[in-house]
Amino acid sequence: MAQFALKTALPNYLRDEQRRIEEFAQDVGLDFFPTIFEVLSYDQMNEVAAYGGFPTRYPHWRWGMEYERLSKSHEYGLSKIYELVINNNPSIAYLLEGNSIVDQKLVMAHVYAHVDFFKNNFCFRMTSQGRDPKSGADLRKWIDAMANHGAIVRKWANRIGIESVEQFIDACLSLENLIDPQKPFLPKESSPSTSEEDEPPETPEVPLLRVDREYMESFINPEEFVESQKQKLVDEAAQAQRFPAEPERDVLGFLLDNAPLQRWERECLAVIRAEAYYFLPQMQTKIMNEGWASYWHSRLMTENICDASEIVDYADRCASVLATTPGQLNPYKLGIELFRHIEDRWNKGQFGKEWDDCDDWGLRRHWDRRTGLGREKIFEVRSLYNDVTFIDEYLTEDFVADQKLYSFGYNQRNDRWEIESRTFQDVKSQLLTSLTNAGNPIISVVDANHQNRSELLLEHRHQGADLRLDWAREVVKALSRIWTRPVEIHTIVDDKPTALRFDGNEHSQKSL
Amino acid sequence: MSLRIDQDHSRFRNIVRGRIRQNLRKYISKGELLGRQGKDIVSIPIPHIDIPKLRFGDKQQGGVAQGDGDPGDPLSGSPQEGDGDGKQAGDQAGDHPLEVELTLDELADILGEELALPNIENKGKNAIVDKKDRYIGVRNVGPNSLRHFKRTFRSALRRQIALGTYDPKHPVIIPTREDMRYKSWKTEQEPVANAVIIYMMDVSGSMGDEQKEIVRIESFWIDTWLRKQYKGIETRFIIHDAAAREVDRDTFFRTRESGGTMISSAYRLAAEIVERDYPSSEWNIYPFHFSDGDNWSVDDTLLCVDILKKLLLPASNVFCYGQVDSPYGSGQFIKDLKEHFAGDEQLITSEINDRDAIVESIREFLGKGK
Repeated sequence: MAQFALKTALPNYLRDEQRRIEEFAQDVGLDFFPTIFEVLSYDQMNEVAAYGGFPTRYPHWRWGMEYERLSKSHEYGLSKIYELVINNNPSIAYLLEGNSIVDQKLVMAHVYAHVDFFKNNFCFRMTSQGRDPKSGADLRKWIDAMANHGAIVRKWANRIGIESVEQFIDACLSLENLIDPQKPFLPKESSPSTSEEDEPPETPEVPLLRVDREYMESFINPEEFVESQKQKLVDEAAQAQRFPAEPERDVLGFLLDNAPLQRWERECLAVIRAEAYYFLPQMQTKIMNEGWASYWHSRLMTENICDASEIVDYADRCASVLATTPGQLNPYKLGIELFRHIEDRWNKGQFGKEWDDCDDWGLRRHWDRRTGLGREKIFEVRSLYNDVTFIDEYLTEDFVADQKLYSFGYNQRNDRWEIESRTFQDVKSQLLTSLTNAGNPIISVVDANHQNRSELLLEHRHQGADLRLDWAREVVKALSRIWTRPVEIHTIVDDKPTALRFDGNEHSQKSL
Repeated sequence: MSLRIDQDHSRFRNIVRGRIRQNLRKYISKGELLGRQGKDIVSIPIPHIDIPKLRFGDKQQGGVAQGDGDPGDPLSGSPQEGDGDGKQAGDQAGDHPLEVELTLDELADILGEELALPNIENKGKNAIVDKKDRYIGVRNVGPNSLRHFKRTFRSALRRQIALGTYDPKHPVIIPTREDMRYKSWKTEQEPVANAVIIYMMDVSGSMGDEQKEIVRIESFWIDTWLRKQYKGIETRFIIHDAAAREVDRDTFFRTRESGGTMISSAYRLAAEIVERDYPSSEWNIYPFHFSDGDNWSVDDTLLCVDILKKLLLPASNVFCYGQVDSPYGSGQFIKDLKEHFAGDEQLITSEINDRDAIVESIREFLGKGK
């Protein structure tokens, strides 16, 4: 670790703090990659933040847009980025030059917990690029990977022209969220074995009528009829052999494998897909990740790091991080409270059959078996859960009431957003709905030879909320740009099954 | 310092300005450009281009949040869309909104940048001159109060190093008389640009509250911009229906009269004010007139044209007429003006149909840098 620490541009006093905090973090059991802190000026910070934490990315206007937003809101004093950390081994975290020492310490404590989460949570395992053959360390060289992506796109921009490359990337970015969260955990698809293809297709049996007397056979089941029936079955079987055989949710991967792309297009699409999968775990674990980091920064700061003169500054900062606003979920707040809730329950033994079966409010209130398993439990939870399973398993009725959670929705009649419900079931189901698939609709490729004209057919598994239509049309157009044939998507609009289609020239929409 | 992101940033700016990638322009979300002085909120326009994706329509979705309130209670402010793709990366602890406090100068800068307004060319009226001392150099003699400490130190250090009397272990620098440096100044003559804005508004029965609000917002921004351009700007306010009178700022925005409209009355009063108080050789004059375009008679319109041609236009930098859309007005006046002043760059007309059109209208008025 020391070899990295020496390379940082940290001033001495911060380096001393880093050593101290790192030790505290290790002592409480956090297990992190080596972590490098760098101090950045505000414009460097805005640049790095616009690039999603990385020093360099592929060329694209959207980083510039993000940079403008960040630097404007910084200049006008609207907001300030305190901290940035990237999932890489070694992890890189940035401190903002000129922040107070309390802020810097808070950020460091926060960062060590994030890095522990990156290293240990199962969702982030898919960002691993293998093992170092010598040390056996987890390889996550994403800074290099992003720089390579930049080199690839730049190379093609130079040869083909920035305009066409950028337009193609815009089309790919429209599809960025059409990936399959389960894909990284599925066994690698074996390439279809040749032996299977060589086998002659089985001739299906034609069900024959029962014949009691042999000489009647050719009359009851005439040969021509049997033959024609056989042919019909063979045809039907061929028809049934759809491609893809199963609906494919990894739309980007499907296009990469099957769309008629030129080499530069294939390489750019691969870049977008790789980055989409890299960022996926951060979206799947927003509540847990921020909750975990906030839990540990608050413990470390109050128990180890701060001295008496700093505690008020710390509390002020911490309170603004955990503040809640109407109509907006603060993942920091929900996460930290849920981790504390779990720890408390497992410390007091409030789990298991006996606890679940107990209806006596008084007993439950003072239930304390002194099991003391809380610490162990939250470490287990941080490894094995993502936001959806975390909420599903540990959100309790008591917690919803204590934390004043409510679900809200849009009231058409009053033309405003309103609180809808405070019951446990409603809150939980609303929360799970908005977290499922990281808040994205579930889309799959169902047929790559739609209407036998090699058109692409996708399906939206409707779960109560319609798609935003003007955008959906643009996405269908982007798909047809990549697929180069007409594309159709089946969804539900105002309770009616509807097909959105783009045939290369114009959009159409029809009820099914 | 040049940053790697500069390229991406200038590409984005070019898209926003519509120089490249025209097809993306339709996704630019409208930046609001509303401001008030004092405690009220100022929203800063930040152009944003959304990349269309398959997402849920937001009104059907709802969400979960924390806090007080009963079912059925409205949420203050509209909820933000979920943690979208914007913050895909890293973990940005504490992106805390603060209340924004801007000076009017800063506001004007933002306005100028957003609308790409050119700085106004002074009409070259340099009659009023002001003297000003500016510190521009350094010399070897001067009063002690103007001693330039850093320069003095530097020359003493240089001398000591050259003489070999400088000891890094005991870095004591003793300046001698020759090392002393003093700031020196020069008196410059600065022309003072003087400007007056004359706001005229039609307050006849057909101008409703919404129309006045539009005028109020628009004149606030015009005021902000011109104040940035000229020091010592003056404003005069005239309201008119069938007769015109000069009022203070407050009355200007509040009054609602009824009755007919004779625009010439306002123009005549404006011409009188200019002649009496603002000799055009010394002043930059900006008359702005807002109306719903419904004038009393054709004769009166001809009279207006006459006053404009003979009195107001020759004296003014530019004359601006903004026509607010109203359900009662015929909107004829703007057509008449266009007809009579076709090709005259000194008279700028603009139609303001609703609040969204304000920004465009300000651009029309001030975009020429006159």
